[in-house]
This record gives sequence, structure tokens and C-alpha cells, in this order.
Amino acid sequence: MANLKTTEKKTKSQAMGMHTEVLTGRTQQKFFNPDEAENFYYFGTYDVDFNKRTDLDVKDMTAAEANKKIDSLMSEGYGTIVIKNPQGKHSLGVGILNKLNLIFEGSLGYFGMGSCDGPIVRINGRVGWSCAENLMAGKVVIEKNAGSCFGAAIRGGDLICKGSVGARTGIDMKGGTIIIGGDAGAFTGFMMQRGRIIILGDVGINLGDSMYDGTIFVGGEIGSYGSDAVDAELTKSDQDWLKRKLKVAEIGENFDVSKMKKIVAGKKLWNYDNLEPTEKKGAI
Amino acid sequence: MCGIAGLIHRGKSSKVGHELQGMLQALKHRGEDSTGYALYGDTEGKNFIMRVKVGENVGEGSSSIAEDVSVYDERKKIVESYLSEMGAKIVKEERILPYSLRYEVEYDKKDLLEFSQKIESIPGVEILSMGKSLEVIKDLGNAKMVCDRYNLDKVVGTHAIGHARMATESGVDIKSAHPFWGYPFSDVSVVHNGQLTNYWNNRRALENKGMRFMSECDSELIAVYIAEKMRDGASLEEGMKESLTGLDGVFTYFVATKDSLGMAKDTMAAKPLVLYESDDLVAMGSEEIAIRSILPQEIDTYDPFDGEVKVWQI
Repeated sequence: MANLKTTEKKTKSQAMGMHTEVLTGRTQQKFFNPDEAENFYYFGTYDVDFNKRTDLDVKDMTAAEANKKIDSLMSEGYGTIVIKNPQGKHSLGVGILNKLNLIFEGSLGYFGMGSCDGPIVRINGRVGWSCAENLMAGKVVIEKNAGSCFGAAIRGGDLICKGSVGARTGIDMKGGTIIIGGDAGAFTGFMMQRGRIIILGDVGINLGDSMYDGTIFVGGEIGSYGSDAVDAELTKSDQDWLKRKLKVAEIGENFDVSKMKKIVAGKKLWNYDNLEPTEKKGAI
Repeated sequence: MCGIAGLIHRGKSSKVGHELQGMLQALKHRGEDSTGYALYGDTEGKNFIMRVKVGENVGEGSSSIAEDVSVYDERKKIVESYLSEMGAKIVKEERILPYSLRYEVEYDKKDLLEFSQKIESIPGVEILSMGKSLEVIKDLGNAKMVCDRYNLDKVVGTHAIGHARMATESGVDIKSAHPFWGYPFSDVSVVHNGQLTNYWNNRRALENKGMRFMSECDSELIAVYIAEKMRDGASLEEGMKESLTGLDGVFTYFVATKDSLGMAKDTMAAKPLVLYESDDLVAMGSEEIAIRSILPQEIDTYDPFDGEVKVWQI
């Protein structure tokens, strides 16, 4: 054990071995091995045929009933499902861990398409707060506007809104891409950790506040920058990527990406260590 | 959590009681401790309509202390004698519930401050609203329950705002329920979703300027704040814009007057609001399902941005 009383302040934590210890237990990571692909599966997923199509009218269903019916249809092999009359219901389409072509003929309420992994979704309407929260993979396209917390904590996939979105878009996102055709509200990219956000229109105050990492591209005016959000050079490679992404997203294909602003984390707020608060007090 | 809803018909009247009931009932999962309506009805605009309570609903879930109905009777008598003293002639009187009264009165003075102070000097009496088209009806329970209790389904008017309340920072009682009347201004009402963090500072300052508070609900501050701005000559929109910096916290609120409806959203945009706007109707609510209850067809809606203030006229 290091003698903390005689150790210089700045090296106390090092002397305690807190910067070099090997993390174990819950923090151990297991990586995907393609050779063992057959051992990886999601419980409750199905083989579906994209050419097998059906309509589902959810007008008189609760969200839970509608979601169970979607699951039931996937179990019967339907790979394309058209949802009629969603009428702003909350929590529709959540928890789909399947390849699926899902089309909503109308608007969704809160938490639509939350915690999904894999489906290709088109929403011919508007979505409420927290659309596609925790999206892992797949593509969600919204034809109209979206509420706040759009794409909160997504880890992958493409989330596209052709209209405008509310505040805190991409809050806490850890991967994937969010593309906005219109304007975005305050605190866009708040605490984002990875991934990219593209906004073709204007964006509100405190853009990228306290972002850890990731990149935000803005085509219009910026209300203000958040803490630790800074401008970065828009490279040729960035521009090529933006063009590709906008083309695939069927949005702003003729947009002049060379004039976009690129915002990244200044990384001045980082203060990572593995000290518990009580240990930190002792080390300071 | 709470939910708010509002609508304004432009150029026509409609069954706003029924419509607002549908909107608020769709939001009942956001709170059903109490529900309130501010309805702007079709009236001749000659007489004042005063909604007054002489006691609290002490039913299940109420945080109020039970009182004997005879106490309400006594208060009612004093209210009526005071009306007479002030030269207000009662044209019509309704006692909807033992504690809830509605008076239609002829009163020709414009300043309602003295009038209100006199009526509210009676312990346990509160004017819920005073106006020539505004009627504030609020009580414990969800939107359907309150609508049925007060027969609001058939009320015809141009605009309305309402509130479904989950009590968090003050009691489950009518005095803490929304909407709040913009005392002492005729036909001004407010509903709010959020929390105000500089309530006490603002309250003290406004009380020093002679404004009155009836509850300890932070939302009442908005009504008093806007009323004070209007007293000093500001327009509704100007008062609402000033509130974005004068009020601290998270909020989305609606204010209605006899011919207009306004919304304001704080600079953090922390509280939800979905808005539908067409040439003849504006409808808005904390969630889209509130709007869908009156417009089931596919429509274009959007979320107003942070720091946004909008006002519409009938």
C-alpha cells in the first residue's frame, strides 16, 4: 500500500493504482465473432419474407395489442406490414428485433419505434417525443416533423426526419446517424458520445452541450454553442460522406454540403478516472 | 406531470365544452387529481358571469377538510349581500353543487379589483372566474367526471383551455387546480404544465405590488404575472414574452382572453406541446392524442421551439 501521507497530491491516485487497474466484472466486453454467428440470436425473432405483405388497422387497438399483432404477423412470415390509423398512439412498433419493412400510414405519439434493432420503417406522418430511442440498427424515416428527444441514446442505424425536430435531438446518442431536413431545437446533441447528426436547417441554442464525442453538421444558423462544443474543419472526406448519406436518405440531395459547419467536442470537460467519489476525496 | 390542451375556432363557434372534454380525457394518464376548463362561451356580452366556490370538494382523494353544508349556505348568503352592496344585480343564479355557484350579474364598473377583494374577503370564498364570456370550471377527478358533474358537454363557444392535473407541489383541491383566473382582469385565464423555480421571489414581489394569490400552486404565478404586466399596459403577447425571462423553471403554458389564445414555451423546451394550426382552427395539447380526439384524420402537427410565443385571435 502506498504511503499516502508522504505522496504528492497529484500522484496520490496513481500511487493507489487507480489509473492502471484492470477493469473486470461487469465492464468486461465480449466481442462478436463471425465464426460463431450461429450462436448469436435474439429470442423471439423470425424468418420473414419481404414480399409477403399485409395491412393492420390499429384504430381500435391499444399500443400493446398493436405491438403483439405485429409480432404475431412476423411469426407468420410477413416481412412487409402497413399500419393503418395509428392516430398518434404512443409506443407503437417498439422492441422489434427483426428485419422487417414497416410502414405507418399516419402519425405516432411518444416513444414510437423505441428499442428496435433491424427494421426498415417509414412513417408517413409525424412522431412525438423520443422516437426510435435506443435504436440499434435499421432505418427509420419520418416524412413530417418530430418531437423532442428524437433519437435519444441511439447506438446505430439511420434516423431520418424530413421535417423539423424538437429539443434535445440525439441526446446521449452512442452511435448511428440522425439526419434532419428542417430545423432542430435547443440542446441538439446534448451529451452525445458517438455518432453523427446532420441538420440541413437552423438549430437552436446550446448545440452539442457537454458532448463527449461524435460530430454534428449544420447547414443553417446556430443559435449558440453549448459547453465544450467547438468548430472543426470540414474535410473533403466529410463532404463525400455527407453527400452519400443525404443521397441514401433521399433528403437534400442537391444541398451544398461544402458550406456546412462541423461541430465536435473540445474535450476540455473530460475528467474520466475510475475513482469512486469517496476515493476521489482521499486522492485530492 | 399534468397535461394541458387548448383550442380556438376562428370565425365560428363550436361545442367547445365537448371538444375540450375529449382532449383532456385523452390526456388523463398525465394526471387526474383534478381537471379544469376555461370555456369562452357565446354570450350577449352584457352581463358578467361569476363562477365562485364557497367551499372545497372533500370527496375521495381530496386534501381539504370537510365542512358542514350549512357553512356553504352561510357563505352564499354573504356573497349575495355583498353583491347587492356593491350594486351588482343578480340576473341569474345557479347552484351546481353545494360548494359551486354561478352568477350572472349586471355590474357596470370596469375595475374588478375592489369587487373581487370584497367577495374574497369572505373566508373560504374564491372567485374562480369573472368575465363576460369566460367561465372557469374546475374540480377533482378526470375530464369526463368534471364535464358530467357540471354539464359542460353542450357549452358552445369560440375557444377554451384546460388542464388535467397530477398534484405534485400543492394540495389536491379546487383552489390549486387549473385554470387560474388572471385576477382581477375580466376574461383572462391560464393553464400551465411544468415547475416554476422562482415562485416565492416573484410572489413576494407581486404581492408587494398589490396582486393577490389564492393558492400555493406555482402555476398561479403565471396568471398573476401576466395580469400584472397587462395592468401596466403590456399587451398579452408582450407580457408572455417577458415571462420567458421573468419566470424561471420549465414550463409550457396557455393564456386565453375573451378574443385570443396564446402559448409560451420556456427556453429549455423541457415541457411538451404539439400544435395544429389551420385557417379556421388551432388545437394544441401536451400530446398529439389530445388533438386526435377532435381531428382523427391525418393532419400536419409540429412542436413549437424553445422560447416560442404565439397568439391567435378568434
